[in-house]
Amino acid sequence: MTATPVSPSEPEIGRARRRKEDARLVTGRTRWTDNMSLPGMVHLAVLRSPVAHARISAVDTTEARRMPGVHEVVTGADLAERQGSMPCAWPVTPDMKTPYAPALAVEEVHFAGEAVAMVAARSAAEARDALDAIDVDYEDREVVLDIEAAARDDSPLVHEELGTNRSATWTFDSAEAGTGGDVEQALRDAEIRLDRTFRQQRLIPAFMEPRSVLVDPTGEQYTVWSSTQVPHILRTMMAMTLGVGEHKIRVIAPDVGGGFGGKLQVTPEEMLTFLMAERLGRPVKWTESRSETMVSGHHGRDQVQRLSLAARADGTVTGLKVDLLADMGAYLRLIAPGIPVLGALMFNAIYKFDSYRFTCTNVFTTKTPTDAYRGAGRPEATFAIERMMDELAAELDMDPLEVRRRNWINHDEFPFDTVAGLTYDSGNYEAATDRAVEMFGYQQLRDEQLRRRQRGDTVQLGIGVSTFTEMCGLAPSRVFGSLSYGAGGWEHSQVRVLPTGKVEVVTGTSPHGQGHVTAWSQLVADRLGVPFEDVEVLHGDTQSSPRGLDTYGSRSLAVGGVAAVRAADRVIDKARSIAAHLLECSEQDLDFSAGRFSVRGTDRGMELTEVALAAFTAHDLPEGVEPNLDAEVSHDPENFSFPHGTHLCAAEVDTETGRVRIRSYVCVDDVGTVVNPLVVEGQVHGGLAQGIAQALYEEAVHDEDGTLTTATLADYLVPSAVDLPEFHTDRTETEATSNPIGVKGVGEAGTIASTPAVVNAVVDALRPYGVTDVRMPCSPQRVWRALSGARASSATAAESGGGLGSVDPDQAFPTGGDR
Amino acid sequence: MIPAEFDYVAPSTVEEAVHALRDAGEDAKVLAGGQSLLPVLRMRLAAPSTLVDLGKVPELRGVREEDGNLVIGAMTTHHEVVRDGLVNEHASLLALATRTVADPQVRHRGTLGGSLAHADPAGDLLAPVLAMDGEMVLAGPQGRRSVPADEFFVDHFTTAVGAEELLVEVRVPKHTGWSAHYEKFNRVAQAWSVVGVAAAVLVEGGRIARARVGLTNMGSTPVRAHEVERALLGASPTGEAVRRAAERAHEGTNPGSDAGADADYRRHLAEVLTGRALATAAGV
Repeated sequence: MTATPVSPSEPEIGRARRRKEDARLVTGRTRWTDNMSLPGMVHLAVLRSPVAHARISAVDTTEARRMPGVHEVVTGADLAERQGSMPCAWPVTPDMKTPYAPALAVEEVHFAGEAVAMVAARSAAEARDALDAIDVDYEDREVVLDIEAAARDDSPLVHEELGTNRSATWTFDSAEAGTGGDVEQALRDAEIRLDRTFRQQRLIPAFMEPRSVLVDPTGEQYTVWSSTQVPHILRTMMAMTLGVGEHKIRVIAPDVGGGFGGKLQVTPEEMLTFLMAERLGRPVKWTESRSETMVSGHHGRDQVQRLSLAARADGTVTGLKVDLLADMGAYLRLIAPGIPVLGALMFNAIYKFDSYRFTCTNVFTTKTPTDAYRGAGRPEATFAIERMMDELAAELDMDPLEVRRRNWINHDEFPFDTVAGLTYDSGNYEAATDRAVEMFGYQQLRDEQLRRRQRGDTVQLGIGVSTFTEMCGLAPSRVFGSLSYGAGGWEHSQVRVLPTGKVEVVTGTSPHGQGHVTAWSQLVADRLGVPFEDVEVLHGDTQSSPRGLDTYGSRSLAVGGVAAVRAADRVIDKARSIAAHLLECSEQDLDFSAGRFSVRGTDRGMELTEVALAAFTAHDLPEGVEPNLDAEVSHDPENFSFPHGTHLCAAEVDTETGRVRIRSYVCVDDVGTVVNPLVVEGQVHGGLAQGIAQALYEEAVHDEDGTLTTATLADYLVPSAVDLPEFHTDRTETEATSNPIGVKGVGEAGTIASTPAVVNAVVDALRPYGVTDVRMPCSPQRVWRALSGARASSATAAESGGGLGSVDPDQAFPTGGDR
Repeated sequence: MIPAEFDYVAPSTVEEAVHALRDAGEDAKVLAGGQSLLPVLRMRLAAPSTLVDLGKVPELRGVREEDGNLVIGAMTTHHEVVRDGLVNEHASLLALATRTVADPQVRHRGTLGGSLAHADPAGDLLAPVLAMDGEMVLAGPQGRRSVPADEFFVDHFTTAVGAEELLVEVRVPKHTGWSAHYEKFNRVAQAWSVVGVAAAVLVEGGRIARARVGLTNMGSTPVRAHEVERALLGASPTGEAVRRAAERAHEGTNPGSDAGADADYRRHLAEVLTGRALATAAGV
């Protein structure tokens, strides 16, 4: 897609504007945190534990202190009284077990990569050199790596003082909630019952810009620059954790290079940089290496998902039971306990289940803590249910699209109250699916699949379906409250019309690649009737954007963008009263259009620019009107938004090598009103890349000692453009009814939808061989083993009636139903 | 990612380089294109006292013919190898394998000599040089010596290059008129080979007169698939002949297991990929 030429009469909404941000970013005029340098600044380096679980018996910093350029060396013991415990804002249950989580380990380390000491030195190189001179004695303790073993009572403990590795168990039951029936009854009555276990592998967000923090303690306030998605949350949490007045902290998120949830965090290193700056009274900067990102930035996913689905023989689903284990890693990070809960409300997806029960147990292991990663709970849910729908189709020998049609909510049934207690406001699954099927050439590909099967082609073709929805616009504060989240979900914006008629939009969202500056400019330019170029968007600094809850969960447009639109509307209301006063008419006689107030039925009127100047000079304002054209709104929506779409994947599987090649990928997304098609297209492409990466490439692997063996980008396989297919995308636009501009959010759609589409395609290709699942990522070796295992099991079954041969359960699930 | 401190010398002739290496002592390292060494330094997996940078030694770059051999300077970049007319005419197997190395940036920096001296068994250029009976010319304080490929590669990351020696050139017998293919199997485009197969055949009078097959990442060094080569001799270049020869690809290999692949899967891949490499090379 290319940017469309601009014609001044066209509305801004819907226009494929090139992003305002890009000329600066692509020519290197950037302000990443690591670009900043302040007078007197010193550099911080962090020593990390090489072992996964150990008591720290001694730390010797004598030699490090003597190293050239070193200003200070600090250990956990030095900070024990000062550093507090890293915050977790989502106590999902009242009895949730939360371990002490020091920024710098004091007595014990619980994952390889945990910070144990830090050095401040004149240069980054000197700080790094001094780390090698610190001597730490570790007494090894038992590592806890397997999530299922960790959840059992006989497991060694990650945190001895908690007495268990189970942090919390969160349950939703439709019978108890009054939103549906009893799932056990449904399973008992089921004509078809499917039981499956899926594994969500551990992933690493792998944002492009490594994290960096700079703290300047020399002003009246501490100024904190951080490569973060959440400057506002960081400010509040830093104040609460360290006992510093919130008014004494200013946080700036300058240019931030990606996040994908990986920077939706309040990190130990942010606290440590602050504490070192406080200690030294001079600016301190920490910038991590990629290897540090991989071991110490939070990881994502990592769940074991057990599902039971009840259906009638005609394919109608009746009940769904979900039992999850979620790996928290070594500590509870900012919102980690709530990640599976965000998925809890989405397993029923677009289907009309009568009964539903969800249980999740959050478990500690001696691995890097997990937390939000693009989609956060919802990709896990979508993967599981979309895999189940394909399994049901296979069980009944039905087309997977037909199974979905039989069960989905029809477009005339909205608004629809789901069995999980949500109200879907709008959607049209039929339209998106019909369009996708047409673009894909569904029947031709099915015909080709049959031909390949019939001739025993070594390259088999599989077709995967994913008809997904997600809950976006993470807001309604009252819903967050009901889920025990520690904050609200509102968003704030201020619109200011300057004396010259130029416009400033202050937003509480904190873009790190999404293009808010462009999109918010389009929204407000349309609303106020001013040129796109006349709008400036201010963000990412708690001084200029004092109120906000930042950017994650596809919330920015549906919550923050709507706040900006509502603030613009308030500006118009205010301008209207001034214009009416100056034009000596009543407000009701004024029409506002294209930036001009006109007195109805006359040729008299006033430009918004003129009203702005009049407000500024304040020579003649109506009674009670303050001399400015500013307005602000804190917007808290009534409901989530629910983007949906149909993704279809055709994958070729080389049965000799196990290699999967995506032959064709079509997606038709419905994200509601589209503000900027170019930005939406970019979000979809990037999302697809990450979702496909989970299906085929990425996995964080630990060895038996708990060491991450995929700690470089040579080992952790992030695909590049050459590894991915051409994406064929289109959209349907069913407006959200939950906000005034009809938007839904697009940041996570591609990631959520694509993973099951790809895995369904792989499994579909291999079903004739008896394969019913391949564990993610579907690496060539795993696919080959799934095939070998299936061949071996059918061979042994014929002879001895059982046995799965030499299938290694770590490499691939054996074939068959229950695991 | 900051390396430990080191001294740096940049000689301008081979003779100076040999002296520099001797003077620097046993903790010195030779820097060629830096595509493997620099990451190792930055991750502090190695901390040499001195780097002897060969980047400013012009005599180490370029390709020439000499006595029926191609002579390729150790500092000739991958990009230059891929583009070189002589290499493409007389050692097309090497050009084809070099094309598969990493990405354009790496191919403009990385060098043939650097790859061979690094001796990563997953490196793509070892097997072609072995398959074509290449020889490595080493320069040291006692002068020059030539080491055949099957003696040059000793173990993982270990070669016959002595502590005070430099790899200065690679001599490859001309394989004019051979048809070749390098079959690389990796997970993503920029990843190392899980397994690679370098195959070249000379078809004369409708028969395979000579065959060369080398395997990447099927042991601690590149492996010559002698049994496959023997099975092909005199055969008609047919799919059946190629398939039966390829069944012997795993013989004499000793592949390791790692996160990317277990040994049994590698042996299986070697067979499949050898069949494919030969089929493409032989045009069947």
